[in-house]
Amino acid sequence: MVISPRDAATRKVTAQPVKLGVSDLRIRYGDHTALEGVTLDIHEHEIFGIIGPANAGKTSFLKAINRMDMFNSDMYVDGRITFNGVDTRKVRNVYGLRRRIGVVFPLPVGLPLSVYDNVALSPRLRGEKERAELDVIVERCLRRAALWDEVKDRLNSLGSMLSGGQQQRLTIARALSQDPELLMLDEFSIAVDPVTTMRIEDVLKELREEVTIILVTNLVQQARRLADRTALFLDGRCVEVGVTEDLFTGEVSDQRTRDYVEGRFG
Amino acid sequence: MFEATQLNRRNETTQKLFRFALGGMTGILILPVILILGMLIWKGAPVISFEFLFTGPTKGMTAGGIFPALLGTVLLVLVALLASVPLGVAAAIYLSEYAPDNWFTRAINLAIINLAGVPSIVHALFGVGAFVIFFRFGTSILAASLTLAIMTLPVVIVATRESLQAVPEAFREACWNMGATRWQTIRRVVLPNAVTGILTGVILEVSRTAGETAPIMFTGAAFFLPLLPQSVFDQTMAMSLHLFVVSTQVPNMPEHLPYGVALVLISMVLLMNSLSIALRMYLRGKKKW
Repeated sequence: MVISPRDAATRKVTAQPVKLGVSDLRIRYGDHTALEGVTLDIHEHEIFGIIGPANAGKTSFLKAINRMDMFNSDMYVDGRITFNGVDTRKVRNVYGLRRRIGVVFPLPVGLPLSVYDNVALSPRLRGEKERAELDVIVERCLRRAALWDEVKDRLNSLGSMLSGGQQQRLTIARALSQDPELLMLDEFSIAVDPVTTMRIEDVLKELREEVTIILVTNLVQQARRLADRTALFLDGRCVEVGVTEDLFTGEVSDQRTRDYVEGRFG
Repeated sequence: MFEATQLNRRNETTQKLFRFALGGMTGILILPVILILGMLIWKGAPVISFEFLFTGPTKGMTAGGIFPALLGTVLLVLVALLASVPLGVAAAIYLSEYAPDNWFTRAINLAIINLAGVPSIVHALFGVGAFVIFFRFGTSILAASLTLAIMTLPVVIVATRESLQAVPEAFREACWNMGATRWQTIRRVVLPNAVTGILTGVILEVSRTAGETAPIMFTGAAFFLPLLPQSVFDQTMAMSLHLFVVSTQVPNMPEHLPYGVALVLISMVLLMNSLSIALRMYLRGKKKW
C-alpha cells in the first residue's frame, strides 16, 4: 500500500497522544444554542486551526475548554471535554486547569499594571516571588511575543497605555508566561500589523515543539500557513475536520468547506 | 438665498427667550450659596481666632471658644468611619464581585436604597433603641458614631460599588483566564484601580457625617460638658448640636458667636468636599485605560 504524503501528515499528527478530547459538545446561552454536536480530538504538538464565519461558535468553544462558563450563569455546556485524559467537568482545581491553558482573545487586554507586572502576574499568582526568576520569565515571554525590543526601556510604563498592536503582543506574552500546555489564540492578528503577525506566526511554529495550539482565525490563509489540521465551524456546527491542505485541495466531506475556503459564500 | 423667512425669525426669537430663561434659572441656583457663604463670612469671620478654635466655651457658652465641640465632631466622624468603611467596602465588594443575580441580591440592593431614604431622625430613634439601650452603650460617642455609621453606610456602599464596576469586565476575565481566583483578581487588578473612587466616596461620607445633628442629639452629643471626653463611652459636644444650642437655646448670646460656629462647621464640610473634587480630578488625570 502506498502512503501519500498527505496521509503521512495525518498520521504524524494523530500519532501523538490526545491533548484535548471533545465529544458531543453542546453549548447554549439560555435557550439559544451556540454550538452543538462537536466531536474532535486535538493532539499534542499540533496546531489546530478553527475557521468559520462570525457566530459560528468558535469563541464559545474556547470558553468551554477553559471552563469560563463558571463565570457566566447563562452559559451551559453539555458533553465531554478531556484535557490530558481528565474530564474537565470533574476537575476540582479549575484554577490549575486554566493555568495550563493560555488564552489570547481578539481584543487586546493590557491590564492597568506596568508592562513588567502584566507579564509577571501569572508567575506571581503561582507563588513565584524571586525577582531574578521573574526577570528571566518576563524577558523570555516578551521576546517570544516580539515585543521586547519595543518595551525593554519602559517596562515600568502602563501596559494599558501601549498601542493596540503592542497590547495584543503583551497579551500573548502574558499567556506564554503561564507556561501553558495548551495555547488558544482567538483571532490574535485582528489588531496587529501584517509584519508583526508574520513574526508571531514564526514564534507559533517554534512553540509547536513545546505546546499544543488552537488557532481560531478569520484569515483562511493564516490557517493554511500554520495549522496541521483545521476544522470549519458553521452556524453552530463543526462541518469539517481534516488535514489543512485537504480543505484546500483534497477531499472534503462537505461542499460548503470548499466554498468557504475559496471565498465563494453568500 | 439665505434671507430669513418669518418662521426662521420666530424660531430665532423663541430660542433666545428660552436661552435667557434657562440661564436665569441657573443663575438663581448659585444665589443661595453666595448669600449663605457671604453672610457667614461677613458676620462670623470677626470671632474666628486661635482662641476661638482651641479653647472651651465660658460664661454659659456666651463667650470663649468651641474646642470641645470641634474635637467631638472629629471623634464622632472618626469612630463612625472605623465602623462604616470596613463594613461598607466589604459589602460593596461582595455585591459587585461575588453576588449572583438572584432575588436575595436584589433584596439587599433594595434595602440599601431604602436605608439611604430613611429620615435622619428615624435613624436617631433606632440608635437610641439599638445602641444606647439594647447594647447598653449609654449615650456615648460610640452609640452616636454607630448611628452615624449606619446612616452613611449606603453612601459608602454605593460609591464603592460604582468605582468597582467602573473597572472593565475584560480585566477580570483576563485574570480568570490565567487561573486567578476571584479574590486574586480583586486584590491585584480590581481594587487598586478602584481605590481612588472609594476614597472619594469616603470623604463625601465624612462631610455628610460632620454636619448631621438629629442622629447624635439623643445618642451621644451633649448640650454642654465641662470636661473633654476620656473614652468612647463618654458623651461629647459636637459642632452641629453646638450650633443649634448657641443659636436658639442660650439667652443673651452675642450676635457674632453662632455665625462663627456655623462658619467653622461649613468650612469643615467644604474643605472635605473640595478634597473629594480634587481627588476626582487627579483620578481623571491618571486614568489608566
